[in-house]
Amino acid sequence: MTFAQAFALHGFTESGPEFSLAAMGHYLLRRLIALGLSLAVATAVIFGVVELVPGDPASYMLGTGAQPETLAALREQLGLNQPWPLRYASWLAGILHGDLGHSFTYKTPIAGMILERLQVSLPLALLALALAVLVAFPVGMIAAARRGRASDTMLMGASQIGVSLPNFWFAMLLVLLFAVHLRLLPAGGFPGWGQPISALKSLLLPAVALALPQAAILARVLRSALVEALGQDYIRTARAKGLTQGQALRRHALRNALIPVLTIMGMQFSFLLAGAIIIENVFYLPGLGRMIFQAINQRDLIVVQSAVLVLVAAVILVTFLVDLGYAAIDPRLRRK
Amino acid sequence: MRLSLFLGFLLAGLALFAAGLSLIWTPYDVTQLAVTQKLRPPSAAHWLGTDHLGRDMFSMIMVGARTSIAVALVAVGIGMGIGVPLGLAAAADRGGWLDEIIMRANDLIFAFPSLVIAILITAALGPSAVNAIIAIGIFNIPVFARVTRGSALPIWTLDYIRAARVAGKGMARISLQHVLPNIANVLIVQATIQFSLGILAEAGLSYVGLGAQPPTPSWGRMLAEAQTMASLAPHVAIVPGLAILLTVLGLNLLGDGLRDALDPRLRGAR
Amino acid sequence: MIEARKLTVTHREQVLLHRVSLKLTPGKITGLVGESGSGKSLTALAMIGLLPPGMSVEGMIDMQGRNLVGLPESVLAGIRGKRISMIFQEPMTALNPLMSIGEQVAEALHLHEGLDHKTALARARERLDRVGLTAPRFPLSLYPHELSGGQRQRVAIALAISRRPDLLIADEPTTALDVTTQAQILDLLRGLVRDEGMALLFITHDLAVVASLADEVAVMQRGAIVEQGPTEPLFRAPQHSYTRDLLAAARSMPRLILSAPSPALLEVEAVSRSYGLGRSRQTGPTPRIKAVDRVSLTIHEGEAVGLVGESGCGKSTLTRLILGLDMPEGGTIRLAGQNIRAGRKIPAALRARMQVVFQDPFGSFDPRWTVERLVAEPFHLTGRPRDWRERVAEALYDVGITGDALRRHIHEFSGGQRQRIALARALIIRPSLIVLDEAVSALDLRVRTQVLELLARLRVRHKLSYLFISHDLSVVRQVTDRVLIMRQGQIVESGPTARVMDAPEHSYTRELLAATLQIPDKYVG
Repeated sequence: MTFAQAFALHGFTESGPEFSLAAMGHYLLRRLIALGLSLAVATAVIFGVVELVPGDPASYMLGTGAQPETLAALREQLGLNQPWPLRYASWLAGILHGDLGHSFTYKTPIAGMILERLQVSLPLALLALALAVLVAFPVGMIAAARRGRASDTMLMGASQIGVSLPNFWFAMLLVLLFAVHLRLLPAGGFPGWGQPISALKSLLLPAVALALPQAAILARVLRSALVEALGQDYIRTARAKGLTQGQALRRHALRNALIPVLTIMGMQFSFLLAGAIIIENVFYLPGLGRMIFQAINQRDLIVVQSAVLVLVAAVILVTFLVDLGYAAIDPRLRRK
Repeated sequence: MRLSLFLGFLLAGLALFAAGLSLIWTPYDVTQLAVTQKLRPPSAAHWLGTDHLGRDMFSMIMVGARTSIAVALVAVGIGMGIGVPLGLAAAADRGGWLDEIIMRANDLIFAFPSLVIAILITAALGPSAVNAIIAIGIFNIPVFARVTRGSALPIWTLDYIRAARVAGKGMARISLQHVLPNIANVLIVQATIQFSLGILAEAGLSYVGLGAQPPTPSWGRMLAEAQTMASLAPHVAIVPGLAILLTVLGLNLLGDGLRDALDPRLRGAR
Repeated sequence: MIEARKLTVTHREQVLLHRVSLKLTPGKITGLVGESGSGKSLTALAMIGLLPPGMSVEGMIDMQGRNLVGLPESVLAGIRGKRISMIFQEPMTALNPLMSIGEQVAEALHLHEGLDHKTALARARERLDRVGLTAPRFPLSLYPHELSGGQRQRVAIALAISRRPDLLIADEPTTALDVTTQAQILDLLRGLVRDEGMALLFITHDLAVVASLADEVAVMQRGAIVEQGPTEPLFRAPQHSYTRDLLAAARSMPRLILSAPSPALLEVEAVSRSYGLGRSRQTGPTPRIKAVDRVSLTIHEGEAVGLVGESGCGKSTLTRLILGLDMPEGGTIRLAGQNIRAGRKIPAALRARMQVVFQDPFGSFDPRWTVERLVAEPFHLTGRPRDWRERVAEALYDVGITGDALRRHIHEFSGGQRQRIALARALIIRPSLIVLDEAVSALDLRVRTQVLELLARLRVRHKLSYLFISHDLSVVRQVTDRVLIMRQGQIVESGPTARVMDAPEHSYTRELLAATLQIPDKYVG
């Protein structure tokens, strides 16, 4: 997708000349309605897929050698004797109350388990995003400012390798180097936030492994968005009134380039989450991703269903935040 | 930029060739275990060494290429086969209810990263290469739908479309005769990119055990199996990763090179 | 005094500008005219030091004894805006959409004049007042999208003159604007030159604009200035043959063929169409504007009717309704007595009686099709006859395209040739009515005259009716029998072209005519 297209996808049309708070509120309200609708449809999709399980969830979870009594008891516990609309409704009602049910394996409330796991997964994703942005912005800006020259070619060549790097393999190489050979950082595990320094240390390698490929993507997107913006008429206007190349880039092109960059960052968050699921497995981190895999192995459908919902909800929420970001950047969305 | 096209063709072509060749010939039989020969470093007999079960890594990489490429290719096919018609329809109906429904459905699928789709499918149906294809393919649909719609929309505003309508042609005929040929370049480039992303996704899914199952060799699972042995025999961890990196890099370079070569705005400049 | 001497610009051994010399005097307006591709804009960009990378300049730009050619970029940046400033053709994209107009005008003052933010904004206010965007109607906090094209061009002017430069370069600043807006912007520029004593280099393709504005004129052709001098003598007694050609084309008048009374071909009765404003996905009622408001018109067989109006008047919507590309909300449209309903429901035989030629010679053809296939496309309506290849060749011959055009693609043809091919495509199924939607607006003067003459010939030969849609009154005057003036969705005046032009009845028609520039009679030698 070219970035002109990414921009066109959001097809902002012009609106009239009067300012109104109502218009801003209107935009927010529309986004909020969209947020609610997406969440509702997502629950239906997840519920539907779990319903597809061959046989019924109870026999699936217990396996073939289950006692009829245990099976019946589990059926009772899961409410499988009720028709599916009723089960869906009670699942939804539970979610609204913060009750995601109990894990079949551990017999503990799932909401609590997820909250505990998020204390690892969320800092990891945020740290990775911060690293990616810190690397990508200077690289993208330098490459755009020096477009067509040797430094641009080199930076973009390096970023092309970064984009092609499987993050879990990169993670393994990092472990080989920093944990096995140099013994600077732990190879895996998580000591808990009681020891903040060593906790951060154990998140560092996973975050770098996650961040680098994403930084490469972001730098490439930023560069093309900047190059595109630098070709616009308003840059020529700015140059004609006496701004230097660099000033025009920083003061005019960057802000305009942020719109497609924000779009990509929103999408990246979903890749970061997915990537984190795999990276947590490389580093034996007790995050949401590990929990999902353990649950799959233990056939604990209730946990899988709820954890996936949390992941999807996070992605939808980030999409909403990106929409708010557009409004902060672009006055055409704020006013009517 | 000619260089990137050349390198891209070379690397991607090499992977394709290895996959094709593995159908008729590999240096060693990958189903043959030789535990006495395990974890040998690269040598004249085993160019890339052997794995923890004594299998020849070079042969494993060749057969693994087949899995990766097959999964990614079919997933791109699913994405294009469904996404492109949807995108064309949405663009033909721009602003209408069909457009709205298609684009909202796309947004919804975008909320499920391919790994999450794979997790759900695996949870329901169990892991397999086919389920990996479905998961990656589903994720490709909104990508192609968006790119198709995004590049078709500016075409629809051009006068030759209006001329075709004045010549009495309907939306479907115009989409096929005028719109699709004029966005084919963009779609080819996107297909290359999705192909490379598909290979990365397949590797990730196999790595966590949601993709191809034993005994089908796959690059992702080779890495998973190498993880505990990486410090003893680094080559088992490095070789499959390099295979993924170089194949994906090749496809990305190819996509970039094609974009430059096919972009009419750049064509005149050279 | 700023002077360009023997300015030569090359790009990879290709000479783009050849020894261009221009003398720009404070308080004077110099017009630089020429057809597209003649090097006008390149001259301007060379003078302000903003040539695209890869081009090299020789010669001299003398600014009070200092040669600007070859100065390092950092020094040039200090000169731009301060000594030499520039405005461009397209006001819709010339301003940063994410920055308020006050900030944009104040930016250079703040960055380069060392003014603090508040003082810079105060100066911006004063400059915006000067260009006619006065407080409180136009606060500094407005964003570009809240302004019309003419207002945005005023902001661009305020920004360019904010540091009182010695030279202002204006590159086709009114080409994208309506005639009435153009007249206002030209007045503003004239006043600025008078009050601030700057030199103005005004670049345009429009001889009438130059005649009414410039003190001196330079004529460019293929990268070189072929003739220059004070405006009136140059118009009266052009020395160079190219200048004479240009002036002849500007004054040419195809023979008018007034049609005899004949039956009605197209009848439009009380047709309306309105559109919602703003985003289509909004919930709740959206304000609607009436793009076309109970419009009625009739075109008789063999008649050429002009439809004139400024942008946003509804003429494009009306065209779409007539062509059956959009559905009217009320009223009827009849072609040869039969009702037209939008979309595919129009019977092919009826649709075949009406064809169209669009404005843009580049967007009108699928770049991947051969000319043969392009011209044959309307056969979709009638079925392809056995001798279709001969028919295509014949239609091309009719419009003056000969040789091996059939197998070629459209990018191999010039703008004028493309409009001829568009005419061939329209003629191929022998329609009764051709809608010409700004069909000559994008063409250079001399080519435009040739196409207009062709239109007049074809009309007689094939007994065609034309609906000639244009924003340009002088073109409409040349080729139509009757004219309709449209404004805000309604036809405000109609009648025989000569009558409407010479004795307009509606105040808006008078306003339009007054704003339409013409080469003054006294300039005709």
